[in-house]
Amino acid sequence: MRSSGQDQQKTHTLWQRLHIDVPLLLGLLTLLALGLFLVYSAGGQDIAVVYRKARSIGVALLGMFIVAQIPPLVYRKWAVPVFVLGLLMLVSVLLFGHVGKGAQRWLDLGFIKFQPSEIMKLIVPIMIAWFVSQDSLPVKISTVVLAFILVLLPTLLIAKQPDLGTSLLIASSGIFVIFLAGASWRLISACVGLASAFVPILWMFLMKGYQKQRVLTFLNPEQDPLGSGYHIIQSKIAIGSGGIEGKGWLQGTQSQLEFLPERHTDFIFSVFSEEFGLIGVAALLAVYLFVVMRGLWIAVNAQHAFTKLLAGSLTLTFFVYVFVNIGMVSGLLPVVGVPLPLVSYGGTSMVTLMLGFGILMAISTHRRFHV
Amino acid sequence: MSPRRVVIRNQSAEANLFARRTFIAFAGVVLVLLILFGNVFNLQVESFEKYQTRSNSNRIKLLPVAPNRGLIYDRNGVLLADNKPVYSLEVIAEDVDDIKDSIEQVSLLLNISPERQTKFFKSMKSKRRFKPVELHSRLSDQQVALFSVNQHKFPGVFVSARLKRYYPFSDLTTHNLGYVARINRKDANKLEQEGKSENYAATYGIGRLGIERYYEDMLHGTIGHQEVEINNQGRVIRTLNYTPPVPGKDLTLTLDIELQMIAKRALSGKRGAIVAMDPRTGGILAMYSNPSYDGNLFVHGISSKNYKKLLESKDLPLINRSVQGYPPASTVKPFLALTGLEENVVTPTTEIHDPGWYQLDGLPNKYRDWKPWGHGMVNLTKAIEQSCNIYFYDLAFKLGITKISNMMERFGFGDYTGIDIHEESKAIMPSVAWKRARYNKSWYTGETLSVGIGQSYWTVTPLQLTQALTTLVNHGERKVPHLLKANSELIIESSGNAYHQITPTIYEPRAPLTLKNEENWDVVLKAMHNTVQKFGATAYRPFKGTTYDASGKTGSAQVARIKQDEKYDAKATSENKRDNAMFIAFAPFDKPEIVIAVAIENVAKGGGATNAAPVARQVMDQYFGDRVITSQTHRAKVNVKTATVTKHQEAD
Repeated sequence: MRSSGQDQQKTHTLWQRLHIDVPLLLGLLTLLALGLFLVYSAGGQDIAVVYRKARSIGVALLGMFIVAQIPPLVYRKWAVPVFVLGLLMLVSVLLFGHVGKGAQRWLDLGFIKFQPSEIMKLIVPIMIAWFVSQDSLPVKISTVVLAFILVLLPTLLIAKQPDLGTSLLIASSGIFVIFLAGASWRLISACVGLASAFVPILWMFLMKGYQKQRVLTFLNPEQDPLGSGYHIIQSKIAIGSGGIEGKGWLQGTQSQLEFLPERHTDFIFSVFSEEFGLIGVAALLAVYLFVVMRGLWIAVNAQHAFTKLLAGSLTLTFFVYVFVNIGMVSGLLPVVGVPLPLVSYGGTSMVTLMLGFGILMAISTHRRFHV
Repeated sequence: MSPRRVVIRNQSAEANLFARRTFIAFAGVVLVLLILFGNVFNLQVESFEKYQTRSNSNRIKLLPVAPNRGLIYDRNGVLLADNKPVYSLEVIAEDVDDIKDSIEQVSLLLNISPERQTKFFKSMKSKRRFKPVELHSRLSDQQVALFSVNQHKFPGVFVSARLKRYYPFSDLTTHNLGYVARINRKDANKLEQEGKSENYAATYGIGRLGIERYYEDMLHGTIGHQEVEINNQGRVIRTLNYTPPVPGKDLTLTLDIELQMIAKRALSGKRGAIVAMDPRTGGILAMYSNPSYDGNLFVHGISSKNYKKLLESKDLPLINRSVQGYPPASTVKPFLALTGLEENVVTPTTEIHDPGWYQLDGLPNKYRDWKPWGHGMVNLTKAIEQSCNIYFYDLAFKLGITKISNMMERFGFGDYTGIDIHEESKAIMPSVAWKRARYNKSWYTGETLSVGIGQSYWTVTPLQLTQALTTLVNHGERKVPHLLKANSELIIESSGNAYHQITPTIYEPRAPLTLKNEENWDVVLKAMHNTVQKFGATAYRPFKGTTYDASGKTGSAQVARIKQDEKYDAKATSENKRDNAMFIAFAPFDKPEIVIAVAIENVAKGGGATNAAPVARQVMDQYFGDRVITSQTHRAKVNVKTATVTKHQEAD
């Protein structure tokens, strides 16, 4: 027993040096591995899809590892210039961006094509965390108002692309920082009231036709079961028909027979639920809960307001992915393009998420060596 | 707000605040997870059955499989309606590398017209790539063979077989069998109304006319299903279950195809019909209407050119003359004679004088006999033998139209016989009420006289004649004419000595016709026997030398009205206004096995005895074959060798 305790001490130190938070890594690896199995099933049992996903995972893990080596206070230093650069890129996307799937999201720099909105998912919480941590907490109302404006700028630019899912995630990452910074409850209720008042304006002036249609479809999918309601109906059939035990891996008829749309990306949770049933869903939610708990634990134990706020925001935003994705495929929320984090096929969002976890690991492991 | 501003921070207060907020956020996370889980629980546990059903209905599809149509045989087991495979050439675009080149090559090989190719490419556009598209709908045997040898060169191109109706006897059986034709919108609506659409989901054709139509339900069978798993595009992934279709019942008809052939031959070159029936059962032995047409033409969908030709033919081949009304003329005299006896207006020995004409009191019109100088003193038997018009004018006058039509209706005239085809006409049995309803005019006595010789408005179908004659030879026992003898499950008639219907529900039984004096049946039947067997009687010549003992009655119907004192001359009359020749007969006299009615339209010369009776004889000769039927009254026992007929008197 003693020797094993010593070994643990040693490994712990080794992981510390590598700036890796082991429990968090285990949670993430579980999700990534599950993703590999699921994209094989959902992608028509095409091993090539699995290879591509594995490659993305490799890149993401490497990115996470590199980011984890950077002391977190470096981000604080670079927050403002990077935020400004990010905004400029978002503007240039709208001006010169590459159009894909009816939306302008990509920026082509000649040697690389990338989505500035993805990077903003990290930049915005860094920026807001830096901004509100200037003063001592809890935040003052004036700070909150300014912080809101800082959040709103990238959110609106991304919503204009249009990319509702990402703008939602970016807005929540900023709002989480403000919330965790101790914005008064009165202020929060006022904001909620304001947001509700904003809904009709949003509906009438800002939302595009297809976005309105999505909301209408969400409210009553059976109204157009073969048209706009098709996705959500097929998804609910997939989930519901999985039952308690599921149909078994590769045995889900809804996904294998291609009734389910976007199976390996946004609707991969439906594939999972169909094949692994309620038991699988419970296990998956438990893993997500574990990752969130670990992230919040890191946040609470961080030594600076900036790192606390950043870690908390990144963790909670990760959970927003989970909530929005599962909520939309199971019919609780309208369909917005948000993947199931780390499980869905699609490299870009996964790499961003893993970079975020890299930051979390940095916060978790650098604190003892910092200052 | 300068970023460099130094603030004094209460680290622990900040940490506490942050921890509180984090805890609240965490509580929110747990709450949201519970909501998500609750929702999934609702879907997977509470609504599991609903979604399982919907998932199955998504992926499981029932593909209908058409049943094979029942076959039709004649009474001796000769196949009359067959199912023959028809081969079509089909292409699954997905399995072909270069569709254009492949179609070009296969078309060159099988000599497929550019029109078919154009049609193929057009229909290919509207179909999914994995569904077969037809390139040629009816390959010849040679094309099938040629393709089979070269099939390896054309992946994705294949021959598919489908069963289609085929009538080996072509026009010989069309009027009886009808035909099967593609289900059109009208048929589909009717099936829908009758709730049969589901059973016809895979069926190509439906019985149109004749037996095919009448026994459609028996012949069709029950649909089968192939339960398959499909994907979202409708592509079949695998078969889960197979319920085979139940084939339709095979039918055996009472028809004798050899007799039918003789009937056709006897009628060749003539327009007319013949019906031969077994009086013991009502089973139709032969029923042929000339000219006929080939039912096979309609199975594949007749070309508009061919159809127009049939429609516009002056000979009206589409009409089944066996069940169409003709003026019966003198063929109904035996029935009228029986009516006279039944109503006591004449006795078998009552005699009248025939001077060659008949005149009603106080009227100028003279009704003429066919024999200008008359038959002299005539009783009932002689009136039938010689077909004396004057006797029947007088008889009709004495009876009046009401008694006549009442009795004739009991013989089935003016009504459906109930035969198992739908094309039957009721024809017309005139009466006072009928004329009032039809023309809104009152009945004239002069018309009664015409009815007395089977003219005026009176029309009968050859089938009605056979039915009435059956009633007569059966001494009042009525039979329903029918074509169905048995199907694969039930026997309607048993053969051999005991002729009876095992399932009377198929044919509604008819109440027998009873007479006040049952002896009168034989009076009339004997007169009909004499008509054929007695030297000098109207039908003596055409039945000379038969081995069986036939009886009958001739008839010549005026189609055009002849003016007073005008003499009918066939040669001078346009073809379609010439007389119709009629004949009814039965044999053997003692125990009749066959009754026949013949109608021939617009004969060039002569009447029933010269035109229609020989047709009936040919069929009877075939029916009896070499059988020698002897009886006491048969002329074989009468020495007729000395009797030579020097001059033929056209009867009637």
